[in-house]
Amino acid sequence: MHNLTIKQMSEKLHAGEITSVQLTQHYLNRISQFDADLNAYVTVTPELAIEMAKAADEKLAAGEGELLTGIPVAHKDIFCTDGVKTSCSSKMLDNFIAPYDAHVVTQLKKVGMPILGKTNMDEFAMGSSSESSYYGPTKNPWDLNAVPGGSSGGAAAVIAAGLAPMATGTDTGGSIRQPASFCGITGIKPTYGSVSRFGIVAYASSFDQAGPMTRSAEDSAWMLNAMAGFDERDSTSADRPTPDYAAELENSLKGLKIGVPAEYFGEGLDTEVEKLVRNAIAEVEKLGAETVEVHLPNKDLAVPSYYVLAPAEASSNLSRFDGVRFGYRCENPKDLQDLYRRSRSEGFGPEVKRRIMVGAYALSAGFYDAYYLKAQKLRRMVRDDFTKAFESCDVIMGPVAPSPAFNIGEKSDDQVSMYLSDLYTIPVNLAGLPGLSVPAGFANNRPVGLHIVGPYFSEAKLLNIGHQFQQVTDWHKQMPEQYQ
Amino acid sequence: MSWEVVIGLEIHAQLTTKTKIFSGSSIAYGAAPNTQACNIDLGMPGMLPVLNEGVINKSISLGLALNAEIGRKSVFDRKNYMYPDLPKGYQTTQLEFPIVGQGTLEIEVDGKKKTIGVTRAHLEEDAGKSNHGIVPGMTGIDLNRAGTPLLEIVSDPDMSSAQEAVAYAKKMHELVQYLGICDGNMQEGSFRVDSNVSVRKPGDPLGTRTELKNINSFKFIEKAIEFEIERQIELIESGGEVVQETRLYDSENDTTRSMRSKEEANDYRYFPCPDLLPVIITEEDIEAVKKIMPELPDAKRARFVSEFGLSDYDAEVLTSSREIAEFFESVVAATDAKDAKLCANWMTSGFAAALNKDGLAVNDAPVTADMLAGMLKRIMDDTISGKIAKQVFEAMWNGEGTADEIIEAKGLKQITDTGAIEALVDEVLANNPSQVEAYKGGQEKMMGYFVGQVMKASGGQANPGQVNKMLKEKLS
Repeated sequence: MHNLTIKQMSEKLHAGEITSVQLTQHYLNRISQFDADLNAYVTVTPELAIEMAKAADEKLAAGEGELLTGIPVAHKDIFCTDGVKTSCSSKMLDNFIAPYDAHVVTQLKKVGMPILGKTNMDEFAMGSSSESSYYGPTKNPWDLNAVPGGSSGGAAAVIAAGLAPMATGTDTGGSIRQPASFCGITGIKPTYGSVSRFGIVAYASSFDQAGPMTRSAEDSAWMLNAMAGFDERDSTSADRPTPDYAAELENSLKGLKIGVPAEYFGEGLDTEVEKLVRNAIAEVEKLGAETVEVHLPNKDLAVPSYYVLAPAEASSNLSRFDGVRFGYRCENPKDLQDLYRRSRSEGFGPEVKRRIMVGAYALSAGFYDAYYLKAQKLRRMVRDDFTKAFESCDVIMGPVAPSPAFNIGEKSDDQVSMYLSDLYTIPVNLAGLPGLSVPAGFANNRPVGLHIVGPYFSEAKLLNIGHQFQQVTDWHKQMPEQYQ
Repeated sequence: MSWEVVIGLEIHAQLTTKTKIFSGSSIAYGAAPNTQACNIDLGMPGMLPVLNEGVINKSISLGLALNAEIGRKSVFDRKNYMYPDLPKGYQTTQLEFPIVGQGTLEIEVDGKKKTIGVTRAHLEEDAGKSNHGIVPGMTGIDLNRAGTPLLEIVSDPDMSSAQEAVAYAKKMHELVQYLGICDGNMQEGSFRVDSNVSVRKPGDPLGTRTELKNINSFKFIEKAIEFEIERQIELIESGGEVVQETRLYDSENDTTRSMRSKEEANDYRYFPCPDLLPVIITEEDIEAVKKIMPELPDAKRARFVSEFGLSDYDAEVLTSSREIAEFFESVVAATDAKDAKLCANWMTSGFAAALNKDGLAVNDAPVTADMLAGMLKRIMDDTISGKIAKQVFEAMWNGEGTADEIIEAKGLKQITDTGAIEALVDEVLANNPSQVEAYKGGQEKMMGYFVGQVMKASGGQANPGQVNKMLKEKLS
């Protein structure tokens, strides 16, 4: 059952060939069987899942089913879920049960998608390997010695191993696309403002964006249809009609102009990865597209800019975790300062503390202009690069990450090297553009993704390209042997 | 050489919205702790602010009233500091791009006019309240107030005496209430005045200032500033130095004392709030507010003088609040503007005294504008005299009915019948032959005595003008 596409599952559910309870139970069984090794789930919610599956079956029986009704989903543990622990993989929120649903959770509940559980991640989404989780690292299903990427590493792993047919992720600097690349799945970060941030624990508000993580581009299109849309509870939500993201899936790619930025194929890029990405681009050309060289000259400014701005916003966003109203509270605080100091020192992990301190420093009097304002200028320069590039092409293609998944522990002591693993994804977040990662082959038996970036609100086009590419390739259909 | 005083005020005016600035919680005063705090106000994870658009027009109207620049691009910033009654760990406020820019407000002290600069007015959310002592050894946090919309109005350091500072504060207090953007309730903290006070020798750079906070009456603001000026002067003259700090006013002892020192200045790490988009204000937005702006106090005062012929003093009193002014205009309109001065006299004397006695606001008075007008009409058409009117008014105040009902029930109608008055006059003159003799002998002041006697005999109901006329005829 876990090898079916979403469309196939949906057809079987609607035809009554399978029930949502059966489908959901199938995934719950697989979670019991495999997750002990993978550590991809922080919380599994079997009772909730079955209860929701029953409701979905009733809906289907009444002929009120939608395309995704009855298809289970796993939520990244950053989406608040009413009555279920939402930990952000942090000790700080280990005891936090949200009394409300994130907008995305509400949307998928409305459709009737049973919740299998909450997936592991880097603590507060700060990381590129899912190693900074309070609950221990998630393993890459393709190689248990490898990281699944991050921060949505748990989500990518559950899709790769068939422990959920669909998963939600969030992408602040690459957190959907990089784990999608590392785990050989499909993931899209939509245009900033497409999906409401309401109920998503904030990391860096001006970058955070939720998106689907699935096996195929087609599946992502269906799921994005359910996730996206204007939400008045998020002031940065784009007030525009929600497009049908699946509408262009079958369009021909004839005449498509692919921009290939020279800067994305330079020093630091793994030669195997480069080969796979160039092969993938050649494959798309065979479908009638042509390539043009474009330039993103300020690419190298993106990572430094991001690592000032995102921590700056994080330092403020995470101030609410003070041990007063919810979350971790130290034992026997002496006084207010002691309560703050110890609750936060004991509740946050090292990477979170590092970013809070970096961010607070960048905003402090005397350094604000040199860091925060300068970084904002760089952000605009990076964005302008894309605007210019899109004058001569429809989409930009390149690698998602400079290498395939690295080993667990390999970069955890070298922050700069870890940060640089996002050098191709971060510029897209700085500009707020949509970006898609689709599987494009294997380097040393570890998956590698192709990165497709488009102008604002071009998700349907990106998914069209991804889907057409997946009609002539089968990388996205492959699964690690032990999970088949 | 004398000292020069420099005062600037920061006024926090709570805007009269129904709900908070970034959430749908009510801001009604006096609810049980934490019953008006939703997930957004509590700073729960994943919660996001949505601007209450009602605050924008209210701010624009103040900007227009102060002849200020309106910020065409108004940006919200985060002011970061941690305190238990600040749930998010930052206050959403405006730093670089406030909604109202430089403006002015004219004040008058001892007949002298002075223009005070208003540096800016910016929108921000209020914090919650920390209640110490309700639970022994613990601090209770009440977040009902967290997120209440405030407009912080910052003056230039243009005031040079406690009297000027209070005149400015009062004028601003009157203005925000006229505009209907703040209820002005100082006891409930809807209008809070913080005073920055310093002294210097003329020509010297500004002295170190102290801030006086949380004083909830104009009288105490004046006293506190006066005390603080003297304290600073004495301190400097005795060789000391003023420390920049916040001081609390102790009204029982009429002194100020140190609350906290600002020597360790906080670094608030301001930056633009990424959860809120800049507010873009167009020319059309401003024009729309202009159209619905009420008449402002200064304009109203001038009109009362020119249109109704009131004295400056009466115009001042009758425009001291929008409610009083509206009441007065209703009375004038209901009496067909026949005698606006009479209306003004009654409003500033009998009516004002009654309000004062019972401690009532104008709109809570048992005598409505229509009722007062009903009585004044009877004075104007000579049905009753001014003196009888006092009796009628008192009866109306005590709930005995309208003026006409009371006049009828009590038989207070003025005697204007010439025959009846003549009979009374004849009777009085007949009973006082010696006084008549004296009058005829040149003691003209006896006339007052005769009038009094006739009025008394009529039970106060004879028309005094007619009585006078009749007496003069009879005694000539």
